[in-house]
Amino acid sequence: MATKVHMEALSPTMEEGQVVKWLKSEGDSVSNGDILAEIETDKATMELSARGKGVLRKILVQEGGTAPVGDVIAVIAAPDEDVSDVVGDAGGVSPPEAGEEDREASAPEDQEESEAPERPSSEEKAAKEAPSEGAASPDGGRVRASPLARRLAQEAGLELDEIDGSGPEGRVVKRDVEAALERDVRLPAAAPGEEYRDVPVSQMRKTIARRLTESLSPVPHFFLTIDVDMTRVVEARRRMNALLEDDGVKVSVNDIVLRATAAALLRHPACNASWQGDTIRVYDVVHLGVAVAVEDGLITPIVRNAHAKGLVQIGSEVREMAGRAREKKLKPDEYTGATFSVSNLGMLGIQEFTAIINPPEAGILAVGRLEDRPVAVDGELTVMPRMRMTMSCDHRVIDGATGARFLQTLQGMLEEPTSILL
Amino acid sequence: MAEMTYRDALNAALREELERDDSVFLMGEEVAEYDGAYKVSKGLLEEFGERRIVDSPISELGFAGLGVGAAMVGLRPIIEFMTFNFAFLALDQIINSAAKMLYMSDGLIPVPVVFRGPTGAALQLSAQHSQSCETWYAHAPGLKLVTPGTPADAKGLLKAAIRDNDPVAFMEGELLYNVRGEVPDDDDFVIPLGKADVKREGEDVSIVTHGKMVHTALAAAKKLEKQGVSVEVLDLRCLRPLDVDAILSTVKKTNRAVYLEEGWSFVGVGSQIVSIIQEEAFDWLDAPVLRVCQADVPMPYAKNLEQMAKPSADRVVEACNRVLYRRA
Amino acid sequence: MAKAGTVSRGEEGVAPEKLLRGVPQETALELLEDMLLYRRFEEKTEEAYAIGMIGGFCHLHIGQEGVAAGFVKPLRIDDYILTSYRDHTQAIAKGVEPRAVMAELFGKAGGCSGGKGGSMHMFGPDVGFMGGHGIVGGQVPLAIGMGFAAKYRGEDRVTVCFMGDAAVNQGGFHEALNMAAVWDLPVLFVVENNEYGMGTAFHRVSDTEIKDRARAYGIPESVVNGQDVLETYNHCSELVEEMRRGGGPRYVEARTYRFKGHSMSDPVSGTYRSREEVEHRRDEDDPIQILRDRLFQVGALTQEALEEMDERVLAVVEEAYEFADASPLPAPESLYAHVWSDVNEHGRLFFDGRPEAPAPGETPPSGGPGEEA
Repeated sequence: MATKVHMEALSPTMEEGQVVKWLKSEGDSVSNGDILAEIETDKATMELSARGKGVLRKILVQEGGTAPVGDVIAVIAAPDEDVSDVVGDAGGVSPPEAGEEDREASAPEDQEESEAPERPSSEEKAAKEAPSEGAASPDGGRVRASPLARRLAQEAGLELDEIDGSGPEGRVVKRDVEAALERDVRLPAAAPGEEYRDVPVSQMRKTIARRLTESLSPVPHFFLTIDVDMTRVVEARRRMNALLEDDGVKVSVNDIVLRATAAALLRHPACNASWQGDTIRVYDVVHLGVAVAVEDGLITPIVRNAHAKGLVQIGSEVREMAGRAREKKLKPDEYTGATFSVSNLGMLGIQEFTAIINPPEAGILAVGRLEDRPVAVDGELTVMPRMRMTMSCDHRVIDGATGARFLQTLQGMLEEPTSILL
Repeated sequence: MAEMTYRDALNAALREELERDDSVFLMGEEVAEYDGAYKVSKGLLEEFGERRIVDSPISELGFAGLGVGAAMVGLRPIIEFMTFNFAFLALDQIINSAAKMLYMSDGLIPVPVVFRGPTGAALQLSAQHSQSCETWYAHAPGLKLVTPGTPADAKGLLKAAIRDNDPVAFMEGELLYNVRGEVPDDDDFVIPLGKADVKREGEDVSIVTHGKMVHTALAAAKKLEKQGVSVEVLDLRCLRPLDVDAILSTVKKTNRAVYLEEGWSFVGVGSQIVSIIQEEAFDWLDAPVLRVCQADVPMPYAKNLEQMAKPSADRVVEACNRVLYRRA
Repeated sequence: MAKAGTVSRGEEGVAPEKLLRGVPQETALELLEDMLLYRRFEEKTEEAYAIGMIGGFCHLHIGQEGVAAGFVKPLRIDDYILTSYRDHTQAIAKGVEPRAVMAELFGKAGGCSGGKGGSMHMFGPDVGFMGGHGIVGGQVPLAIGMGFAAKYRGEDRVTVCFMGDAAVNQGGFHEALNMAAVWDLPVLFVVENNEYGMGTAFHRVSDTEIKDRARAYGIPESVVNGQDVLETYNHCSELVEEMRRGGGPRYVEARTYRFKGHSMSDPVSGTYRSREEVEHRRDEDDPIQILRDRLFQVGALTQEALEEMDERVLAVVEEAYEFADASPLPAPESLYAHVWSDVNEHGRLFFDGRPEAPAPGETPPSGGPGEEA
C-alpha cells in the first residue's frame, strides 16, 4: 500500500514549504518515523518524518523545489509495487485526494502569486538524465552552484535562489546565470541610468506581509504614548550589574522593561487578553513575545511566564532565542502562543513608534530610545534620562482608559522599580 | 626550423652540450657501442669517444650513485636509464643522495646530474615495463622533473636540464621517439625550466597535461572541435618547477579543466594540479576539475585490455563534455 | 701483520724503527695526538648527548681511531674521503674543524653543515671530506663517482671510501666494486670490520669473508690490524701511491673494534656482546694504548709529554664544546635555504602553501610552515 508523502504544515502559519535537503534517496528503505527531509517553512527549517514504511520510490519535489501544504512530494511503497497512478497525482495546482487532506486549506491562489518557479512535472522527473530544475532555497539553505556561478550572480546582484540550475542536482552554473541576466523575468542590478532594482521576496517576507496585513485590516488599532523618567531604572541597573560583576552577566534596560511589563499586565489582565470572536480570552499568566530582527525580517520568540522570572533569566532567554532565531532554528512553540508582545527599536535610535499587533494578541508595546532630555520639574529646567513607550491596542478588547491605566502602572513601575517587587 | 624526430632532437641536444662543456658525459646501459637502446645516443661514441660515452653494466643503483658522486665533485653527468621502470632500483641514490645532498650540506655540495630515459607505456610491454614514474620523482624536494612531449621541447629542455645545477629527472617516452616536429635551428636553443606551453588555444575548456599525453589531448581537441567546442591544451612541459601561472591563467579563461596523464590516478600528478586549481582559482570554476588517468590496475598485456587501461582521446572528450555539462 | 685481538707490545731489544714500523717518530707522535683528539672528542660528544645537547642518532668511533687516523693522514687535502654515519672522527681527520663538527652535532648554525645535517651528515668539501651518509652502503656508489671524476679529469687524486662490515652485503657495494674494477677507478675501499653490523655478528649473516668480496670483482684485497695505527698508516700510504700511479682500485679490511654501542641508543654490552668481551678488548686492544706503549718504549714519549698532549687535545675539545654551545640555532630562513641550487625565475618550486620560493639567502614570504610560533 503506497504512502504519499505530503508537504505538511510544519509551522502554524505555513502555507507552502521548500525542500532544503532530502535525507533519503530514491531506493532507500524507510521506516515509520524516519526523517525524510528538511523543509524550509516561513519561520524555520523543520524536519519531515515518514508516515509509512517501505522504499522511497519517488521524489516528486527536488531539493530547492517548493510545494504548497498538502501537495504530494514523494511516494513510499514496496519495492515492486506499481506507483504510477500515485506519481501522476503529484505537482500542479490540483488539490490532494479527498480524505488525505486534513491541513489548513492551502490557498491555490498562493501558488499563482508565489514567485516559486514551476514545479517539475512527473514526466520530467522520470527522465533520469535530465538535470533537475527548481529554485534553490534562500541563502542559508543549500544552494548548489558552481563557485563561478556564485560569484557571477553576486556581482550581478542576482539571488542564486532565483536562478534555475541546469547542472547536476540542480546546480546553478555559469550558463544559467547568463541566461538569467538575459531574461527580463528577473531584472539585473541597476544598469547606469536605471533607477530601481526589484529584489525577490523570500518566504519570511511573504508571511510577514500577509499576517500583518491581516492584522491591520480587521483589528481596530488605537495608540497610546507615555513618557517615562528612567532615572531610577538606570540607577537600579547599575547597582544590579555591580552585584553581577563576578558572574559575568549583565542586566539590560530592555530586560527591566520586559519584567515591568509582565508585572503591570498581571495588574491589568484586560490588556493581557485575546479577541476570540464571541469571547475574550483573558490570561492569568504572561507569555511575552519579544520582537527580534532577523536577516530578512522579524520574529517574536516568547519568554514564557515572564511575570515569574528574574531579570537574569529573562535576559539570557531573550539572547539565546534571538541567536537561534537568526539561524532559523526556533521551534514553533517558541514563537507562537504569546499573550502580549514588546518591540524595542531604541537601540536603532528611534524615539517613538507605533507597532502593529500580532494577532490573536490584543496589545503590543513599542519601546523607544532611552536618552537624556531636558524636562521641566517644578518649573525648573533639568536634564534626565527619559524613554517613550507607545502601546497599540485592539479596541475590541481594550478601551482607551484601560490601556491608559495599564501604561500608568507600567510607568510607575519603571519610575520606581522597587514597586515591581510588590 | 628543421623537422626532425624527438629522438634526433635529443641526440642533437646531447651532442651540443657534450661539445660545449667537457664536464658533461653520458653513462648508461648500451649508450655507447649499441648507439643507445632507443638510438638516442647514436653516433656519440664515435664523435666523443669512450671517455665521455660510457657503457655501464646493469647496475642501476651503482651507476646512478656514480653519477651523483661525480656531480658532487663538479662533473655534469647524464645518467641514462634504459627506462625509468628500471630506475626504481636507483631511487635510494636519486632521492637520498641526489635530491638531499645540497640541503644536508647547507649549500656546500650541489649535484648537477641529469637522469634521463623513457617513462610510461609503449605497446603491450606488460606491467613491469609500462609504468609512468612521474609521481615518485615529483614528490621529493630537491629533484627537478621535466617531461617534454614534442621534439622542440625535448631539445630545448634537455639542454636546460644539463645546464641546471640541480639534479633533474628528464622523462621521455618510447612512443615519442619517432614523433616528428619542427625544431629551431639555433644550436643554443634552450627552453627555461618551469615554463608551460599552450599547444592549442581555446575558449571553452582547458586540458592540462604533460609528456606524451599532449598528443592525446590534441586529438581530443580535434574531436571536440567538430562538436563545436573550443579546447585549450596546456602542456606543462616541466613538473618541477611548475608553471602555476599558466595553469591558473587557462582555468580563469575557460572556467573548466581536465587533467590528462598517463599514470595512475591515486596521488598522480593530476592530484597536485587539481589541488592548486581549486585552491587558487576556486571562484573561476564552473565545474569540478576532472582527471583522465590510466585505469587503476597494473598494465595488462592483452591488446584490448591495454587499450582499455590507457587514457584515450575518447575518454578525454567524455570528461570535457562532463565539465561542460553537455550531453555528447 | 698482527691479527686483531693480539697485542704487539714491543719486544725487548728491538730497534725503534722496527717498533715504529718504519714510521718517523714525529709522525708517530702526530698520529698519537690525532687519535687522542678523536677519543676525547667522542667522549665529549657522549657526554653532550647524555645531557641533551645532541639529539637523534649519534654513532661514536671510540675504539676505531686507528682506522680514522691511519687511513687519512697519508692523504692530500684534495683527495676525497667518504664514510658512513659514524663520521665525526674522519671529518676531523680530513680537516673539518672540531668546533664545526661539534656545532653540527648540536644542530647549530656554526656547524659544518649549518645545522641542517646533524651527526650523520658532516660535510667539508673544501678539505675533501665528502660526507657522512645515512644509508648503509650509500656512500660506496658515490665514491666510485668521485674516482671516476678524478680519472676523467686526468688527476692523480684518490678517493677513500670507508664503510662498516655490514655494508658489504648491500647491492650497491657490489655494483660499485664491479664498476671500480672494470674502469680501474682510483678508489680505496676500507671496510672497518668491527665484527658487528649494529647488533648482528658478521658471520651470522655471511658465509664468505669480507676480503673475498674484493677478490670476486678482481680488486686486490688486503687485511690490516686496524688497532695498530702504524700498520694502517703504512699500508694506506702504500696503497695510495699505487693508486696514484694508475693502479686502479684497492680494498682493505681493517680489523677493529668499537668500545661503545652501535649508537647512543645501543648498550655497550649485555645484549649481543658480553661485558667481558668488550672489557677485554678495551684493555688489550686500544689503538691509543698500543701506540702509546710503543712510543714509551722507544723513548719518544714521556708520561709528562703524554699528559701535555692530552691537555692540548682536551683544550681543543673544550673550545669546540664552548663554540657549539654559544653558536645560535639556524635562522628560520634556513628552513627553505639550499633545497635548490638554481631557483629558476619561472615556475614554482615549493608547494607547501607559500607563494614563491625565496632566492638563496632571502627571507621567505610569511605564511606556510616555518613561521616561528
